[in-house]
Amino acid sequence: MGEAGKNFWEGVRAEIPLLIGVFPFGMIYGALALGAGLSKDASQMMSSIVFAGSAQFVTTQLVSDAAPALVIILTIAVVNLRHMLYSASLAPYLKDLSLKWKALLSYLLTDECYAPSILKYEETGVKPFSHWFVLGAGVALWSTWQVSTALGIFLGAAIPDNWQLDFALPLTFIAMVVPALKNRPMVAAAVSAGVVALLAYGLPFKLGLILAALTGIVVGTVLENNKTPGRAL
Amino acid sequence: MNIWLVMLIAGLITFGMRFSLIFLFGKFEVPETLRRALHYVPPAVLSAIIFPELLFPAGQLDFSPANTRLLAGIVAILVAWFSKNTLLTILAGMIFLFILQVLL
Repeated sequence: MGEAGKNFWEGVRAEIPLLIGVFPFGMIYGALALGAGLSKDASQMMSSIVFAGSAQFVTTQLVSDAAPALVIILTIAVVNLRHMLYSASLAPYLKDLSLKWKALLSYLLTDECYAPSILKYEETGVKPFSHWFVLGAGVALWSTWQVSTALGIFLGAAIPDNWQLDFALPLTFIAMVVPALKNRPMVAAAVSAGVVALLAYGLPFKLGLILAALTGIVVGTVLENNKTPGRAL
Repeated sequence: MNIWLVMLIAGLITFGMRFSLIFLFGKFEVPETLRRALHYVPPAVLSAIIFPELLFPAGQLDFSPANTRLLAGIVAILVAWFSKNTLLTILAGMIFLFILQVLL
């Protein structure tokens, strides 16, 4: 096996522990998307067109709430802003690659692909074939996401309506948010966003959601700047 | 609304953000304040969805103990806090909601 292949499989192996968490998540997405009224085709294709777990969950929720397209798109943009951080962080390591490689690795650049990749680059620096590591991690994740989505769609179709499966969405979000509440600015961001979302619930076009999210982001950032200057999380 | 068009635009935005700074490397730096603000995006957006889901179960503000989704949500928050386990949190919330509905 050549150096490229070695790096690729090393990336796949580094990704495996993360896949254990991703698989049930993909299944939950598949089942919920179907429950929210998306067709089987749309539910499955969103996993390759968007290929971003939390954005897909949020889209599913907003589709089931009949939010307007523009609000869904704006919300996805806000939810995915963090990918710019990953992009900025990996950019120096990928700067000498061709445009095709840059585009391919960008498409695969999810939270779970970023984590092992940045660790690898920080450990070994840029080697001639290290981008194959990122590809291996990304492809392993991509395939797992597609298969788990398909399985979720398959199983979701068999779940009876009176199980209130739609409630699993906010529960999924709770499971994502609560462990991240490690300090006061994080708690303040979450609570202020939640309270504004309640107060602004009556606004048309689900604009309350965007207003609430922006409030939480500003509150968290301002508090962090006041309390712990110069220290990122 | 055409779901396919929404998905296509969402996909382009997502790709655009992932590609942005890899493509622009050396030409643009993310300002420190923006970098910090990005950490607060997930808790802010997700809480903005969670709160109304728990407190407006039928389109009306409902703080009463008869609001089964609020009670199940609180249980899920506690389970998430202590276990930090996604699957366990979802299961606990769903099972608790189911039990409440059988009881009430």
